[in-house]
Amino acid sequence: MRRVYTKVISIVGNVITVKAKGASYYELAQIKTQRGISLAQVIKLEGEIVSLQVFAGSRGISTNDEVVFLGHPMQVGFSQNMLGRIFDGCGNPRDKGPLLIENLIEIAGPPVNPAKRIIPSRMIRTNIPMIDVFNSLVVSQKLPIFSVSGEPYNELLARIALQAEVDMIILGGIGLKYDQYLFFRETLEREGAMHRAIFFIHTASDPIVEGLMVPDLCLAVAEKFALQGEDVLVLLTDMTNFSDALKEISITMEQVPSNRGYPGDLYSQLAARYEKAVDFENAGSITILAVTTMPGDDVTHPVPDNTGYITEGQFYLRNGRIEPFGSLSRLKQLVNDKTRKDHRAIMDGMIQLYAQYKETEEKRAMGFRMSTWDKKLLKYGKLFESQMMDLSVNIPLEEALDRSWQILASCFRPEETSFRTDLIKEFWPKDKV
Amino acid sequence: MDKYGKIIGINGNMISVVFEGNVLQNEMGYVLSGEECIKAEVIKIRNNIAYMQVFENTKGLKVNDTVQFTGQMLSVQLGPGLLGQIYDGLQNPLTELAGKYGFFLPRGVTMNPLDTKKVWHFNPMVKVGEKIVKGFPLGYVQEGIFSHYIMVPFDLEGEFTIESIVNEGDYTIQDRVAVIKDREGKIFELDMVFSWPIKIPIKVYREKFTPTHPLITRIRIIDTFFPICKGGTYCIPGPFGAGKTVLQQLTSKYAEADIVIIAACGERAGEVVETLRKFPELIDPKTGRSLMERTIIVCNTSSMPVAARDASVYTAATLGEYYRQMGLDVLLLADSTSRWAQAIREVSGRLEEIPGEEAYPAYLESRIAEFYERAGEVELVFGKRGSLTIGGTVSPAGGNFEEPVTQATLKVVGAFHGLSRERAEARRFPSIDPLDSWSRYKSFIPQEMVWQAKEILVRGNEVNQMMKVVGEEGTSMDDFLVYLKAEFLDSVYLQQNAFDPVDAATTPQRQEYVFSKVVEVLNRNFNFSNKDEARKFFYELRQMFIDWNYKEWGSIEFKNQEKLIDDFLQKQLVSI
Repeated sequence: MRRVYTKVISIVGNVITVKAKGASYYELAQIKTQRGISLAQVIKLEGEIVSLQVFAGSRGISTNDEVVFLGHPMQVGFSQNMLGRIFDGCGNPRDKGPLLIENLIEIAGPPVNPAKRIIPSRMIRTNIPMIDVFNSLVVSQKLPIFSVSGEPYNELLARIALQAEVDMIILGGIGLKYDQYLFFRETLEREGAMHRAIFFIHTASDPIVEGLMVPDLCLAVAEKFALQGEDVLVLLTDMTNFSDALKEISITMEQVPSNRGYPGDLYSQLAARYEKAVDFENAGSITILAVTTMPGDDVTHPVPDNTGYITEGQFYLRNGRIEPFGSLSRLKQLVNDKTRKDHRAIMDGMIQLYAQYKETEEKRAMGFRMSTWDKKLLKYGKLFESQMMDLSVNIPLEEALDRSWQILASCFRPEETSFRTDLIKEFWPKDKV
Repeated sequence: MDKYGKIIGINGNMISVVFEGNVLQNEMGYVLSGEECIKAEVIKIRNNIAYMQVFENTKGLKVNDTVQFTGQMLSVQLGPGLLGQIYDGLQNPLTELAGKYGFFLPRGVTMNPLDTKKVWHFNPMVKVGEKIVKGFPLGYVQEGIFSHYIMVPFDLEGEFTIESIVNEGDYTIQDRVAVIKDREGKIFELDMVFSWPIKIPIKVYREKFTPTHPLITRIRIIDTFFPICKGGTYCIPGPFGAGKTVLQQLTSKYAEADIVIIAACGERAGEVVETLRKFPELIDPKTGRSLMERTIIVCNTSSMPVAARDASVYTAATLGEYYRQMGLDVLLLADSTSRWAQAIREVSGRLEEIPGEEAYPAYLESRIAEFYERAGEVELVFGKRGSLTIGGTVSPAGGNFEEPVTQATLKVVGAFHGLSRERAEARRFPSIDPLDSWSRYKSFIPQEMVWQAKEILVRGNEVNQMMKVVGEEGTSMDDFLVYLKAEFLDSVYLQQNAFDPVDAATTPQRQEYVFSKVVEVLNRNFNFSNKDEARKFFYELRQMFIDWNYKEWGSIEFKNQEKLIDDFLQKQLVSI
């Protein structure tokens, strides 16, 4: 039975309150305004006073508009027909295809039982050495790309999506610029990947609250496909916009903010989404790659900070390169012992030397005389940056490892590198001993 | 008689419930919504309205839904069968839930935390007519490698007389094993299980001591430089990516405690999975049995309900105290206490309390202090000693230790293992900062040697800072050698490879042996003609020590490598 109320008591920000009976928490409602129909969700109940957040924003809502409670929380359709389709932040078609009305599933379902999770063990090869060698991506990992605005993070996301061996790609755009949305669509169409992709796109010009649903929609659909045995890669860009939408609602609801205006439950809210990444035993998996733009390149900003504690590592994108410092894949240890036995040693050793190069580079910039050792480090640093770090480098892992030994051998003597003797014996290029 | 109330408001995981009659602070209740029965706890009472935090998602709840009050505070079940279990924050067994409900954790389901059908072999330890008090063992059952004492419940006050006790034999936890009588002649029938409210510390002991016995973790930088003691407390604050979790996992694996309780509080589920999938296969070198037999995991990961996160640390502490009461050494690892503090903050925000610093409530400090105060080495009522050691990680926002949770924790703990982002980024693991960290406990290594080594580290750091300003050429040879020695100590002793089977854990004997050799190098006077020669020497020496770390203790390779090092050092002396 549909319950209809026509008395809007207050309109504050994007939250309206109505007097209604029998509303349940997180129930969905439709508001019929002169601009059309908008969805809203119950976010607070106090006696008969019901607060609803309006996805399309409260602009143009009149105090006598009709509020119809739908009797269920947010749902999304789920079927094979969704592949290749593009939807908006409420799950309505953005392309010219039909509405989703069959096989509806609830979004934001219960968490996975930790006892049913399995240890991730499958590496996702991307042919980007800074990922494959130094911070391997693993099936079921959740990993953000930390970056400032203007970096090519969406290009990196698209490239990983195309090169990674997964069954499906689900793209969630939150506050995505329109041209970036077109970029994703065109790239995937050009590379012939659109038939295995689903888009949920909330653009920067849409009402901000509508973006709140996007991660849940993507992940609910991904979860169903994963349970059917598909390996799903979910791309979310950009989660800082998602957090800002949360901030807006919580301030409107007069909650005490914890840090720079963000709500105290920001960590739990982000975790509820990221923790959907999972490898189901005897079924498929969900891997999440997200973009988190850091306002002012500040990693201690609440959004990247909370994200870092939730995700299993992060890639720092700076000056068009994945930074070796700060970038981290927490799951790499689970896969990089099965690749080649010099993988781990190269991973640590190269970075330790690169750290020393950075120090030397600082000294050089300050005008100190360079010792023999310093000169070696400088040469190494330059080679490392041009032959490994550059994003245009596109080689398989094994080739990247071989190239690492070549770089080392062209700069150092074996004992200067602190590699284990047995590895040096086996991998140090023989012509350069 | 059951009491009922009605929901009048819902805000996030907080509900307000109007009731009649009496309600306890911290009383448990159930929200009855359709078929579901959802746990909630009273956290504030004002007039006839109880404010309750709901331990599950509140989606779909309505105003006017019924709430049933239980008259009990939130409690855990204590009895044999806890070891090896994986519980959520409310002591639901996750493995059993998975068996029944599959991949997901549906709302409103509860299961018995202990197996009521399992049969235990009970051995009585008292006779009819004996006088006993609470906490006194009536008998024991064998739980894995431990004698699990069946004790007089901790909430029974006064002196009791044994009226009857069953003979040695097989019983389930619900079978009656003893009948006791108090002075007024009141009779109590006891089985092998009883419950205890998690927020009340168990204080059934004669005396609490200053912690003095080292708790070996087999992590060199901890045991040698910043040791922890049985019954002590320590904290590990660090920014994300600094290796907190790896450190906790290593400690849970190698620490020389009888029982390890891991409270995974609001952290990633993936981290728990590694523990719970690998521990059953790993063998505890001390006992020769599976590591899981000495482990309990209380896991309320970040996507599980927030209110249960608050409960999970108390649940873990209560289970720890219970095993301590049997005279065992228990180590509780809480990862991470910041998530617990955040859960407190969320609740406080919903209660519209006046916020303190960073919106944490004013009582944050006292809550943290209370929690760590549950640690201690104690003499029990039957004479044995037991201990509960608590180690908590802290995840400070932005890696900045000047925040409320870190500061409140530092006030009450006995050791501080601060992780540094710089060390982590330079891949120097464990990334415990040797200059910032401290411990109030004593190491098994002679104090003078530790001081000497610390001195080198401090001076080496000074020289390094200076070199950044004046350059290498502006540094004297003596200073440069101090710097090289500090780097050497760092590389070969402070750093430890967690992923190498040998280097991951260093026994106290090996630590003493290797450390004295390292100190020998540090104390030696060297004479080099130039800095490149000095650097070359120390890099080679470093390489040899690192190789030495990878050799098994007492093996031929170990001795050969030591010989290589001695010869190398000798050669340097001769060449002077």
